[in-house]
Amino acid sequence: MDAAFVIEKFILVAVIFGVSLLIAMYSTYAERKVAAFLQDRLGPDRAGPFGILQPLADGVKMFMKEEIVPATSNRWLFMVGPGLAMLTACIASAVIPWGSPIAIGDRVISLQVTDINVGVLYIFGVVSLGVYGVMIGGWASNNKYSLLSAIRAASQNISYEIAMGLSIIALLLLTNTLSLKEIVAQQHGWHWNVLYQPVGFLIFMVCAFAETNRAPFDLPECETELIGGYHTEYSSMKLGFYLFAEYINMFISSAVMATLYWGGYNYPGMDYVAATLGTTWAPLIGTAVFFLKIFAFIFFFMWVRWTIPRFRYDQLMNLGWKGLIPLAIANIIVTGVVIAIVEKF
Amino acid sequence: MDSLSNKKKVLEQKPLTLGERLYLPAITKGLSITFSHLFKKAATVRYPEVEREFSTNYRGLHSLKRDEEGRERCTACGLCALSCPAEAITMIAAERKADEKHLYREEKYAATYEINMLRCIFCGLCEEACPKEAIYLDGPIVPADYLRKDFIYGKEKLVEKPLEK
Amino acid sequence: MSTQVFYLVATLSILFSLMVIFAKNPIHSVLYLILTFFTFTVHYVLLNAQFLAVVNFIVYMGAIMVLFLFVLMLLNLNKETEPAKSPVVKIAAAIAGGCLIVTLIGSLKAVSINSPLSLQDPGLGLVENLGKELFGPFLLPFELSSLLLLAAMVGAVVLAKKDHTEEA
Repeated sequence: MDAAFVIEKFILVAVIFGVSLLIAMYSTYAERKVAAFLQDRLGPDRAGPFGILQPLADGVKMFMKEEIVPATSNRWLFMVGPGLAMLTACIASAVIPWGSPIAIGDRVISLQVTDINVGVLYIFGVVSLGVYGVMIGGWASNNKYSLLSAIRAASQNISYEIAMGLSIIALLLLTNTLSLKEIVAQQHGWHWNVLYQPVGFLIFMVCAFAETNRAPFDLPECETELIGGYHTEYSSMKLGFYLFAEYINMFISSAVMATLYWGGYNYPGMDYVAATLGTTWAPLIGTAVFFLKIFAFIFFFMWVRWTIPRFRYDQLMNLGWKGLIPLAIANIIVTGVVIAIVEKF
Repeated sequence: MDSLSNKKKVLEQKPLTLGERLYLPAITKGLSITFSHLFKKAATVRYPEVEREFSTNYRGLHSLKRDEEGRERCTACGLCALSCPAEAITMIAAERKADEKHLYREEKYAATYEINMLRCIFCGLCEEACPKEAIYLDGPIVPADYLRKDFIYGKEKLVEKPLEK
Repeated sequence: MSTQVFYLVATLSILFSLMVIFAKNPIHSVLYLILTFFTFTVHYVLLNAQFLAVVNFIVYMGAIMVLFLFVLMLLNLNKETEPAKSPVVKIAAAIAGGCLIVTLIGSLKAVSINSPLSLQDPGLGLVENLGKELFGPFLLPFELSSLLLLAAMVGAVVLAKKDHTEEA
């Protein structure tokens, strides 16, 4: 492990962290703008041109607000909750390949923090930990609405994790590897997995919506029933952390969907581009394409939020257990049979 | 019970068909509707910069009128204050001095005239009660402010600007 | 380096497991248990058993402990609701615990301890090799255990299903 390698990885981690925070920041702005445009409004347009400085203003507001810790709350856990939510949101980005390796001079830099050979499972594990921030925060608030929300979040996450895992299994039957780097490399050009696994992708996407607590699965923070849900008692930057974690989660799950199913940094005609531009600039275009896909997914998240009403709790459970899980199992069986037939003949 | 109008319709709740239970057709339909709104013109009026056109009988901020010679018309009779259902108007009357003939039309005038814009309901009864045609609600929207005391508008804000000579 | 990390993590494991027992609040107990499982995950990583580490992470930390927490949050256990235990129960518990310790120490003495950090086959824990082991020589026990899980699942579904005979 030479020093240059460590520095390289350190810079990569810092850049990814910064970029995720920046994107999360501007997702809040994008959310308000998209909501406005879908509702024939203009959205925030006062801070800077087109309201581009709105996230900064919101950030300053969050920092300056009075911080209230409820007297009957569990003080220590009350503090841990938002931090945990933020932490679990951020660490998932470690295994995502942000682009094909860049060659600068004679040095090849991998745009992935670490390529562990259980990358898919790592993401799955981190996602399953994500619920702790909500649960601990909701319980520590010592507020019935927060508690209800924490319990809803827990049951929702566990239910949809199963369908998510099953949908990934069908994908893994195709890829034969758990490493995200190889999964992306297999989708060279236009051989995107979504073409082979449309049902699996659909299940995965629905589960991603549920895991990130986004509409129509935003029951844990349902305003009409639970005031603010798990962050009812939170104020100031702790609340900001929770809201921020949601947007980082959205960014990461968009990245995961783009990586697993939509070809990551691959795009049709990439060989031609690589041949003309060389190995330094072509990967950057791949990364740009990857981010384009991510932004498309983030837009889709928002588009859905401002279109579909929230599920009722029983509908949520019905969809998860009676709809998605059997469908995911059927998908596995069909995929397995097709693979067996194709390999036979 | 029979319907008298014959317009009664009995709605049947049929069980959802497979397509409806899949949610997906309905979701795509909804998504396409919201997407079409992306390209519609925003209904927003950027208020302080752009103002919407008011109807001719819109009742906004009060103004105390002057006559054609630029003298204040109000004689502090108090009928507006009396007619006001929200008790928003108060005034103190004073007698016109000899050298103030060019300022006030009648011998009596309002030394102070205050309207509390937080109380005012913009009903326009003061306008109707005024025998001297001195008060009209023909101004713009009352602007927002931070302090309650700043909503009590005195003569300096209410009286029309002097005529251009 | 690796040995030092091992001792650090091992100390933390013991510390957190003790905290599980000594924490007054059951929720805190569960949270310490989660931390204990996390240190176990680190142990697996140190042993180069990546798959086991991640599965421990997903299943124990991510699912089972969430359910524990879920149930405890619903029960809302605290000092007031804790039933007073009679001295007989306490003595019985102490004796039972003592027996468990004796058994454990006895069985540990019987096991010859080899160096924990020198693996005979460092690639064993990787997904590919583990899969080949599980679906090769250990296929029967693996399938039997999955059958057991299936039976448990079917049982849960049967219990949870509404009784339609009353309505008819």
